[in-house]
Amino acid sequence: MKKHDTPMIDELENGPWPSFISGIKRLRDTHPEKRINEMTNDLLGQLEHSYETRKGYWKGGTVSVYGYGGGIIPRFSEVGDAFPKSKEFHTLRVQPPAGNYYTTESLRDLADSWEKHGSGLVTFHGQTGNIMFIGSTTESTQHFFDDINEKGWDLGGAGPCVRTAMSCVGAGRCEMSNVNEHKAHRLLVNNFMDDMHRPALPYKFKFKVSGCPNDCMNSIERADMSVIGTWRDNIKVDQEEFKKYVEMKGRKYVIDNIVTRCPTNAISLNDDDSIDIDNQNCVKCMHCLNVVPKALHPGDDKGVTILIGGKRTLKIGDLMGTVIVPFMKLEKEEDWERLVEIAEETIDFWADNALEHERCGEMIERIGLVNFLEGIGIDVDPNMVANPRESSYVRTDDWDDEAVKWYEKADKKKDSA
Amino acid sequence: MSENAKKEMRTPIETGAPDGFQYMHPTMRKNFGQWKYHEHPRPGVLVHYANSGEEIWTVRAGTQRILDVFTLRTLCDIGDEYADGYVRFTIRSNIEYMVKDKSKVEPLIEALEKEGFIVGGTKNSVAMISHTQGWLHCDIPGTDASGVVKAMMDELIDEFRNNEMPNRVHLTTSCCQINCGGQGDIAINIQHTKPPKINHDLVSNVCERPSVVARCPVAAIRPAMVNGKPSLEVDEKKCICCGACFPPCPPMQINDPEHSKLAIWVGGNHSNARSKPSFQKLVAAGIPNNPPRWPEATAIVKRILSAYKEDARDWERINDWIERIGWPRFFELTELPFTKYHIDNWRGGRKTLNSSAYVRF
Repeated sequence: MKKHDTPMIDELENGPWPSFISGIKRLRDTHPEKRINEMTNDLLGQLEHSYETRKGYWKGGTVSVYGYGGGIIPRFSEVGDAFPKSKEFHTLRVQPPAGNYYTTESLRDLADSWEKHGSGLVTFHGQTGNIMFIGSTTESTQHFFDDINEKGWDLGGAGPCVRTAMSCVGAGRCEMSNVNEHKAHRLLVNNFMDDMHRPALPYKFKFKVSGCPNDCMNSIERADMSVIGTWRDNIKVDQEEFKKYVEMKGRKYVIDNIVTRCPTNAISLNDDDSIDIDNQNCVKCMHCLNVVPKALHPGDDKGVTILIGGKRTLKIGDLMGTVIVPFMKLEKEEDWERLVEIAEETIDFWADNALEHERCGEMIERIGLVNFLEGIGIDVDPNMVANPRESSYVRTDDWDDEAVKWYEKADKKKDSA
Repeated sequence: MSENAKKEMRTPIETGAPDGFQYMHPTMRKNFGQWKYHEHPRPGVLVHYANSGEEIWTVRAGTQRILDVFTLRTLCDIGDEYADGYVRFTIRSNIEYMVKDKSKVEPLIEALEKEGFIVGGTKNSVAMISHTQGWLHCDIPGTDASGVVKAMMDELIDEFRNNEMPNRVHLTTSCCQINCGGQGDIAINIQHTKPPKINHDLVSNVCERPSVVARCPVAAIRPAMVNGKPSLEVDEKKCICCGACFPPCPPMQINDPEHSKLAIWVGGNHSNARSKPSFQKLVAAGIPNNPPRWPEATAIVKRILSAYKEDARDWERINDWIERIGWPRFFELTELPFTKYHIDNWRGGRKTLNSSAYVRF
């Protein structure tokens, strides 16, 4: 095997950060399998060619496994004559366990299967959250999938379909957790396996679950359906711990970094260095809990907020999710069923009403939030808006009926309280 | 049907996302939902205390993200020898080892550093850059995000393994304006500056023309006959060079060795802490897409980081800091030019204008 000269990408072996180029070279130079040596050699050759010419040379195509329509990112080289051993270099998207937990044993097992069939390159994880097994021929794709599918791993989404979901480290380790993130993640996405594996939706649909409003999964900005753990009772304050913190950091630090940073001015430092929190006006931003995790804790009346419609630029510009459910409990089985039902109704309505290649948030932008809410049977709530309408161009024909609905709802709430 | 063919026809088992509990450290399983608080004894290390009195120590390390099986096995070997065999990956592709005993932490860190992994990335550090695939694998990349990240992290490594920033800094890179890298405190993304070059011989065979027309955010594409063949044409005055037509129609080549530039955006923040989540804003464009080490982009990122480090208050993320000091001061401190291209003219852009008498002098 003649090794390609790679003077440009060799430069990426310098410097202290671990180098992916050195890793690919290890596969080329020291892997016992000739197939992998040759494949990674040609991969390096093509990558060097990209660095020289500042262009990419992969094109898509159609590759799948038996029974599925998606989950593989097909890659065929446009310069395959020069780099024949890596001319088919598909990626398999594999769904990670909720919370991205692994044992070393499970990782070794995946590595063993992967080097039997693929290039030996893998990423934990792609930006949607998949394990990315990078570099398989069309033929090996099926073999590798058969191998790992028998061991409990399943393909993720690619194309216009429900995509792989993500959840944070969650209740497994984090004291800020307000929900069983992993249960929410798996209940939601695993309910839509048909919509994931056989792409037939208008475009992609992503679920992300964060256990608190720090939103480590970026769900508001990146998920079509964002589920965020929160609570509606008081922040739990350990006043003695808080006083210790004030003593350690000083009053000025506490005022500058906690009291004045509260977005709703809900915190007041008392003369004895304890604090008062105006819990009714706390918006659960998480800042004070992040600063003093030892003294401040989420309340006990936990649940989730659901936002719909977050996405990145294409086509109409960036959109954040919008609050659709300000708060719901996830305790009883029927609560969890309701969560899944909201997802089902959202996806059904969107599938029926979206244009081709239109994300859920874009559809809502086009038809208006109220039409969407009516479509999925959810009542309006002032938590859904930053402020009421500013434009006076509106017809209010049924105002009285709508007002009655509001009061009836308020009465019902009072009765049940 | 032959035995082989039957094997090919195996029906998939649609199990979906696996249960994470089976891979969770026993101490974490036992104390699930019962964690009380955490501390951060040193960069790259977290300790969480449970109501039961038990604790779990986490060591976080940065890797090259695109792992070869040898590196993956090295990470596993370290996990078996120095940790309890349980790991997880963060959203920014760092590996985390969880151990029950504090005494395991130092030897674990030593083992990781000996193998070249970088311990850090927690709290107020510059975190690992979340990124996309680039020339290694993507079909529409304008650059090689993996290479940009490697070159940049070489320079930012001390900020990764120390906690000297006012608050955490999330960096992202993306190889096109679709921005798979996502929102970041600082995002380094390709910005195309010229309309696509169309290979009219291929369009009618390769592209579904109505879908391509529909993809354009500014309705700049229309069907046309070119040299007697059905093709597409672009109104180059309208075109915003976003590249959205390229994925459904590769003959509309948007990537250009010279004119695909890098742009830098700041102030994206997904957290709700202190203020509502925010999108990133353009601060610099026209930066050369210069492999293999992209020094011009790194220099600007370092300039922004040093101004932030110097001027921001504790706990201010980049968006919080700029909100306080104002954009004129940001451009002054970072010595970046403010141009007409910084003023948003997209739908809804008017709300980004200053409609007040708030002016800083």
